[in-house]
Amino acid sequence: MASTTRTAHPREKRVIFKNIDRPGWTNDIGCYLQDGGYEDLKKAIAMNPQDIVTEVKTSALRGRGGAGFLCGVKWGFIKPGGSKPVYLICNADESEPGTFKDRYIIHQDPHQLLEGMIISCFAVNARLAYIYIRGEFPEGAKILERALAEAREHGFLGKNILGSGFDLEIYVFRGAGAYICGEETGLIESMEGKRPYPRIKPPYFPAVLGLYLCPTIVNNVETLCNVKYIVRMGGAEYAKVGTRVLCVSGDVQRPCYCEFEVGGITMGELIYDICGGLKPGRTLKAVIPGGSSAKVMSAKDRYKIKTKQPDGTIRENEMGLEDVPIDFETLAAAGSMAGSGGVIVMDDTRDMVWALNNINEFYAHESCGQCTPCREGSLWMKKITARMLHGGGVPEDSDTLKRVADNIAGRTICAFGEACAWPTQSFLDKFPEEFVATAKRMGNGNGSTNH
Amino acid sequence: MSAPSELLNVQIDGIWHQFQKGTRVIEACAQAGKFVPHYCYHPKLSSPGNCRMCLIEIGMPKLGPDRKPETGTDGKPLINWIPRPQISCAQDISEGMGIRTESPMVKECRNGVMEFLLINHPLDCPICDQAGECQLQEYSVEFGTAGSRFLEEKVKKPKRVEIGPRVTLDDERCILCSRCIRFMKEVAHDDVLGFVSRGSHTYLTAHPDRLLDSNYSLNTVDICPVGALTSSDFRFKMRVWFLKETKSICTSCATGCNTIIGTRQNQVFRQTPRENDAVNSAWMCDYGRLNYHYVNSTDRLQTPQIREGQELVNTTWNSALVKAGEELKQFSKDGIAVVASAKMTNEELWLTKNLTELVGTSHCDIIPRSGAADDILMSADRNPNTLGAQLIGLTGEKPGLRLKDIAEGVRSGTIKAVLALGEDLTQIGLQADELKKLASLIVLDILPTETTRSATVLLPSSAFCEKRGSMINIKGRLQRLHRATQPPGAARDDWEIVRDLIQKLTGSNGIYLIEDVFKQMTDSIPDMNGLSLSRIGDKGVQLVEETEEAPAAI
Amino acid sequence: MKMEMPAELQSRIDKVITEYPVSKRSAALPLLHLVQEHFGYIEDEAISWIAAKLELEPINVLELVTFYPMFRREPAGKHHIRVCRTLSCAMAGGYELLDTFCKHANISRQENGHGAHLLKSQDGKYSIEFVECLASCGFGPVCMINDDFYESVAQDEVPQLLGKYQ
Repeated sequence: MASTTRTAHPREKRVIFKNIDRPGWTNDIGCYLQDGGYEDLKKAIAMNPQDIVTEVKTSALRGRGGAGFLCGVKWGFIKPGGSKPVYLICNADESEPGTFKDRYIIHQDPHQLLEGMIISCFAVNARLAYIYIRGEFPEGAKILERALAEAREHGFLGKNILGSGFDLEIYVFRGAGAYICGEETGLIESMEGKRPYPRIKPPYFPAVLGLYLCPTIVNNVETLCNVKYIVRMGGAEYAKVGTRVLCVSGDVQRPCYCEFEVGGITMGELIYDICGGLKPGRTLKAVIPGGSSAKVMSAKDRYKIKTKQPDGTIRENEMGLEDVPIDFETLAAAGSMAGSGGVIVMDDTRDMVWALNNINEFYAHESCGQCTPCREGSLWMKKITARMLHGGGVPEDSDTLKRVADNIAGRTICAFGEACAWPTQSFLDKFPEEFVATAKRMGNGNGSTNH
Repeated sequence: MSAPSELLNVQIDGIWHQFQKGTRVIEACAQAGKFVPHYCYHPKLSSPGNCRMCLIEIGMPKLGPDRKPETGTDGKPLINWIPRPQISCAQDISEGMGIRTESPMVKECRNGVMEFLLINHPLDCPICDQAGECQLQEYSVEFGTAGSRFLEEKVKKPKRVEIGPRVTLDDERCILCSRCIRFMKEVAHDDVLGFVSRGSHTYLTAHPDRLLDSNYSLNTVDICPVGALTSSDFRFKMRVWFLKETKSICTSCATGCNTIIGTRQNQVFRQTPRENDAVNSAWMCDYGRLNYHYVNSTDRLQTPQIREGQELVNTTWNSALVKAGEELKQFSKDGIAVVASAKMTNEELWLTKNLTELVGTSHCDIIPRSGAADDILMSADRNPNTLGAQLIGLTGEKPGLRLKDIAEGVRSGTIKAVLALGEDLTQIGLQADELKKLASLIVLDILPTETTRSATVLLPSSAFCEKRGSMINIKGRLQRLHRATQPPGAARDDWEIVRDLIQKLTGSNGIYLIEDVFKQMTDSIPDMNGLSLSRIGDKGVQLVEETEEAPAAI
Repeated sequence: MKMEMPAELQSRIDKVITEYPVSKRSAALPLLHLVQEHFGYIEDEAISWIAAKLELEPINVLELVTFYPMFRREPAGKHHIRVCRTLSCAMAGGYELLDTFCKHANISRQENGHGAHLLKSQDGKYSIEFVECLASCGFGPVCMINDDFYESVAQDEVPQLLGKYQ
């Protein structure tokens, strides 16, 4: 409950988070307009929608939800002039453990999201859009409702927006506690009033057969906010200076959200410079760099990263975890992913079997149950790690865990299969000795996981 | 080499085949003799792709710099294999596609899915009613491994749930393939089944206010690949491997759904639908399916009887037939009426028609039987062979039109003899005392009725599952019935009884086999010229154009 | 029918349905939220009522109620506490926070899995459950009491926090 003043670190470059914790800032439209709000919408609405799509393509903006898919490519799947209506859904079902950015945008700067969203709708010609906000954000839903009413009053929503002839309605749709609704086709099923079982692709690519089997764009909150800046500065400029919000939690002195140019900071700088380093006397053990489904990285490992030099040549650098720059390509090359930007730091006091069990419990609870491998495998992995922690481990447990995870990844309808398998695969890969040791620790019960 | 435009080249396990465009990958594999195991996929339902059993490797033609497929030394396209396994149930084949159904990756996938399906499944096959026709059991042998690494407690779910009046559910056996849910929604148009809870705790159920009481509920049992949904009528009555299977058709309405009758030791245990896209797709209604218990009734008529005063007494077939013949000879032409049934086969009806011509009566008809039609399979005409009776001429354009005159004739005494075949005359308004006044009442039937009790000669005959023959359904399709069981006691095939009656009137007619009857019939009816019973085949032949009352296509 | 739908709730329901002009079925979750906000939980009768309102089968609604953990089929306590169980909060003391809440709210600690009954205090004043990630991982352990959100909740703050909810 301790209320902390959260101010931006001088090294940060706040764009999307410019108004978060800004002194004197309020989330009403008046404050937003005084700060130049909705000017980017005015610029956009005078543009040719296809030109906006082109700018977003040029910007190389990647989705901020986890998969990092190129936003412009996604938009490009919508064929202009199609006979079916186009829908746009803002994915505000922020649920990837370790990620806590959308909450603050929605609470403190809702009009930034709405402006980005209205521009995006205009670009893809969506006349009806929804914000799918997770059920655990009741306050956020109310704030968005009010912001939408304000935007309507000011003519930024509704019929003939700013005299352009473009009509748009946006409504808020509340989820009800299901991680799988963050998966775009699961989200669409949820919005159709069905169990949020992700759809098979092919044929159900959202841009072709999305909501009500019409072309649909689903974008993350942060992604949509970025569109506003792409319109303002142009795609080419954005490509050079675009930012990314990171969220740091776990064993650091000052966990926080922060914003940097993409790739503008290394893991070590983030942990030590921005977050005040580890707690006294502790050493860095592991980092999960992109939400809990990203593969864990060990502080002991060396990472071979190929980087493009200023002269255009490719050089391979070997580096420790602390030197790894946080960007999409580098983290992928290091065997993990930038994911949703949720960085979870673990120090040397952490029991990796305990940590994995906690993660396994999350995925076992959140598996929708549609595909056999994930439905049965996620709970099985959780039962194994829980049994190990309760002192019932057997020597085969590591092998079994790995086999179960291997039998899930790549064999399910949606990426949840990977999300629940990668933690087990990577924890076993990086910290095998801890699993062997725990399996040997017969009869040493640990009640902390009995939930 | 280029294929005709409608055929696509697909490589399966190294061999190039050609398939019709629009063929599902899993079906192409089956056509090539490469069976791909599956649970959720059903060719008559939508494909959710959830069971993951049909994972295979798929590749697409490798494109060169000019975006044209590169070819190998054999002149065939080179294939770029997708690194992840793909489901084969939800995609159509495409030109130059490569498929691997036997690779190590595919085997590993199947093995993994089998293990996952079994960890929470009760391993009590010896007492499971599905044993012998369980795809979990079958695939375990073929694609699974013997040992289990699962040391944990299994998930508990509801057992022995009466999910509807005719279906019992064991949720612990359910593998959540959703076939039943999709069937109820997509075919039965009664969306009453669903999954509740989530993850590994998900289970199938119906809402207590809306149970699985559809007239099509038992199809869910047929398509359930495991022992989760079982027929409350059939479960635990008989091990399926003891059942003798006989192909036949349902006779409970004019649709004539194709069936398999399961019998053992001359007893019918169940009827299940047999696929025929021209008639019933892969389904049948519960009413028709369960409408067989009367066949096994202990009340079945088993011995020929003749009236002696107030009593019906047992006699031999010959003396019963002689008496029947003598009775008929006493009356002339319109003093005799023949009330036949559109539940009779064409062969029986044709012989009956011969008999009516022989005695020279114009008083002949069938008793129409109707009920509410649905938009799925059930026809408003609850007689299975009205079209046959019309074609043969035992009834006219409006079946039953002559029945009023027959009833009047019996009451007024102008009709003194009635031959009733498989029908109870109280249905045409005649009371028992009126029937008793008849000088002659010759009755063929299988169960006691007011009419059989009033008979002067009672000739026990056969039920639908006890006879061979043909019928014409409402869409004009000629289909065959086969004998699954023998009639009880001394009861005989109806066609033989009518033939013998004719013989008693004429001496001999040279018919010894049902094939002879069929030949005579087809020779005399132009629409049937050239047909034989064997040429009808298992799926029937279209005889006359479809009528307007035909049920909506499914 | 014992369930009374007040006119005000009815009109909110009717309005929210208009937000889904393509398919009324889309309003299923919004209606469940409105009903739970009003009644505190989703009665069996409410499931059938919503199904009828949206021209669905009751199973279609039951499928949703049982999938989404936020929907309850039994009343919660007067004040409902949700404690985050997920990794960052667990590392910051989430498990201990739930135990401390239970201790001070007189709630007996039992198995509390998905679909299980809520843990409730004898007097019905408080109920508690673990929930997965509440998306404030940097400021754990976090919890919600009713719709109010609390970050960095220290164990010794629990009595005071509970005191706000009488």
